[in-house]
Amino acid sequence: MHKFPTFSLTPCKTMLQTIPSTMKAQDKDRVSCYFTKVGRNANLERLQYNYLFPEISERELRHIKKYPNAKVISLGIGDTTEPIPEIIASSMANYARSLSTPQGYKGYGAEQGNKDLRKAVAETFYKDMGIKDSEVFISDGSQCDISRLQMLFGSNVSIAVQDPSFPAYIDTGVITGQTGDYEKGSGRYQNIAYMECGPENNFFPDLPKTDRTDIIFFCSPNNPTGHASSREQLEQLVEFAQQNGSIIVYDSAYAVYITDGPRSIYEIPGARKVAIEVSSFSKIAGFTGVRLGWTVVPKELVYSNGFPVINDFNRIVCTCFNGASNIAQAGGLACLSSDGFKAVLSNVNYYKENAEILMNTFTSLGLRVYGGVNAPYVWVHFPGSNSWDVFNEILEKTHIITVPGSGFGPGGREFIRVTAFSHRENILEASERLRSFLS
Amino acid sequence: MSVIIHQNLSTSISSSTSTFLGHNNLKSIKCSNVSIPGRISGVIKCVATPSAEKTAYKTKVSRNENMGKLQAGYLFPEIARRRAAHMLKYPDAQVISLGIGDTTEPIPEVITSAMAKRSYALSTVEGYTGYGAEQGEKQLRAAIAKTYYENLGIEEDDIFVSDGAKSDISRLQVLFGSKVTMAVQDPSYPAYVDSSVILGQTGQFQKDVEKYGNIEYMKCTPENGFFPDLSAIRRTDIIFFCSPNNPTGYAASREQLTRLVEFAKENGSIIVFDSAYALYISDDNPRSIFEIPGAKEVSMEVSSFSKYAGFTGVRLGWTAIPKELLYSDGFPVAKDFNRIVCTCFNGASNIAQAGGLACVSPEGIKAMHEVVGFYKENTDIIVETFNSLGFKVYGGKNAPYVWIYFPGQSSWDVFSEILEKTHVVTTPGSGFGPGGEGFIRVSAFGHRENVLEACRRFKQLYK
Repeated sequence: MHKFPTFSLTPCKTMLQTIPSTMKAQDKDRVSCYFTKVGRNANLERLQYNYLFPEISERELRHIKKYPNAKVISLGIGDTTEPIPEIIASSMANYARSLSTPQGYKGYGAEQGNKDLRKAVAETFYKDMGIKDSEVFISDGSQCDISRLQMLFGSNVSIAVQDPSFPAYIDTGVITGQTGDYEKGSGRYQNIAYMECGPENNFFPDLPKTDRTDIIFFCSPNNPTGHASSREQLEQLVEFAQQNGSIIVYDSAYAVYITDGPRSIYEIPGARKVAIEVSSFSKIAGFTGVRLGWTVVPKELVYSNGFPVINDFNRIVCTCFNGASNIAQAGGLACLSSDGFKAVLSNVNYYKENAEILMNTFTSLGLRVYGGVNAPYVWVHFPGSNSWDVFNEILEKTHIITVPGSGFGPGGREFIRVTAFSHRENILEASERLRSFLS
Repeated sequence: MSVIIHQNLSTSISSSTSTFLGHNNLKSIKCSNVSIPGRISGVIKCVATPSAEKTAYKTKVSRNENMGKLQAGYLFPEIARRRAAHMLKYPDAQVISLGIGDTTEPIPEVITSAMAKRSYALSTVEGYTGYGAEQGEKQLRAAIAKTYYENLGIEEDDIFVSDGAKSDISRLQVLFGSKVTMAVQDPSYPAYVDSSVILGQTGQFQKDVEKYGNIEYMKCTPENGFFPDLSAIRRTDIIFFCSPNNPTGYAASREQLTRLVEFAKENGSIIVFDSAYALYISDDNPRSIFEIPGAKEVSMEVSSFSKYAGFTGVRLGWTAIPKELLYSDGFPVAKDFNRIVCTCFNGASNIAQAGGLACVSPEGIKAMHEVVGFYKENTDIIVETFNSLGFKVYGGKNAPYVWIYFPGQSSWDVFSEILEKTHVVTTPGSGFGPGGEGFIRVSAFGHRENVLEACRRFKQLYK
């Protein structure tokens, strides 16, 4: 496995090197190598590498430096590229302006989110699923929600993740102290149940072979594989959770990309008793920078002692958070208006068309391609290869940034993730280059 | 309770049932012990229905025991609840909120127009931006460093822009982990203690002293001039220190902060310095911990646009971590915080950041100064009122909070009395820790007419 660069652990040496030799020892301003007596958090020490996406960013920057004239195309980090529809942007602008008026000014909002927005989320995404607005918690995005959920669960729970999966589940698990050490051989942290998802099992875990854990992180449509679980598969998952008394954290950030199939875990009977759902406006509305998402915690979800999970999550939200930006929430409300939703879905379709183009490109080159139909990611198989090598080669020869599959877990080692988030002309140009290079 | 009708079974009616259903659809009963009117052909067996708790599905996931240690809800939602209940009770009363420190005055136009502009830009091809740097937009980081830390050796890349101090405090606790010990002022902003409990740094709550085990509470009272007696404080890894202080309003002097830094240095501790109210300082007390020599090796600073620009709902703040701040093994704290920020966060809203940039423009700074000045005038009015009524009044000079002493009284009782008799919401001092008992915090965030009216009512009540 490719080794990421590690930080220098001897900052003092660097500092000492800059001390002018003319400084006297008793000089008050002497730069000394003072260490506090506070022990570094062992959980952070346990993390092996940088978080995946800043690492990809760094490599992109290095590549651009190396080839200043190359037109680098970023199909790596899943960052939206198309402008936010005007109807939504203007509602945020209007809201911002109203904050300058006595009648429009708002201070602290409810930590759980604006009431109208919570209602709109419940009605838009969970109609007829029995999810009430009081079970919806508006946030500043899934990455933050995942962390807050980990704080909620604490260090004494065991977790299962899909392999491969969005790195935040594992990394926050390590940070929270739920895992053991990293094993270089297997590329896995101890005490996490890795549920392999690959072509062999149609990207759905072999549940009978999976150890019981307290928490199961499950992302569908999946980042990075693009697989959207079928109703039957999700029924199996809910049953598995029920049998084991586990809690599913269901990440549905890409649900609107589904062409066909369940979008919410709550479409499955019984899910309200076993699942939390996390979602986001990032990939729906291009809100990756605006920051808005939500988490659903049904009232029926209770701990082994009968205590409702929602009560504790509410406490976390009130203590460790202070609500999503009111301007972002105004934007969210506009997104869920009839016109707003139509407008954002038009962007979603644009990215889906991108995904189709990429899929066709790779397929025409004789490669096995997965995903792309129900998600904005294409998961390309390079059997027998090391994904970092493939990543490097693609970058070097075509100036296209992708993401090596092993960044998502050992199960991704022979795969490359290509994102469909880009301007159309870049997708087409990238396809051309890939065709030339890989044929 | 449910009624189960068994055909042809003889049984007696359970004596534990307390109610009995009506005669609907009942035929005569044949029952050995009780004769019951009606026409039931089978036998009614009354059983107490198992409560919902016993039959409802429970997962096998244990509740996080740290959450179980928390005593009650977070303080400010509780104040909000009481306010709401009071408004229901007195629908015609004009309730005035001087409780939760929530800003009330509109955001200066120079700042909101920047946010409006950025919002529009996001709908254009050239102006659209997706994910921002998790540490914050470069320009804003540089501007914060220049505005607040010029000549203090804090640079652009030491600044981490956030969605506010409350979130930062929690992320710092995640950074430190469960194995550190911490000290807080008593009284103090409740988020330090509560986040510490959640992260597993503390023991159980001890009802007799109203303190959590394993936290060092540094008493700040009139007797010690609202600065802790450091000689009596046990060593802890982390020291949370807020100055100007919420709730007491006290701003530590240069001499006091120098002693604090020395104390931290001797003990190898890390100070988390909360400077959210720094711009409210009237005199020449330090506004940043980094004004103290040697502070960079022992402290980090958390701050916020909430109380300067009315950004309580917009959500924007920052944490400054010097490069010189190192763990016991020499590893830079900033590097681990960066990892936290990249993994557990995804940056403050780009629109809020555009507002932040406008805040620290020359025009924005001037505008914020005016807003702060307005609230300081409110504070003067409140201080003057309680002084004239003969109370011992603290704070108010360097902070938007007035800390009033009600000797020998329970602060929740005083809170309730004030609410009941004047329809003014305040905050009971004990909500901030046992050291707050006997005090009431009055916030100066309010429309001028409300502050004046509230003071009129206080004068009525306490004349």
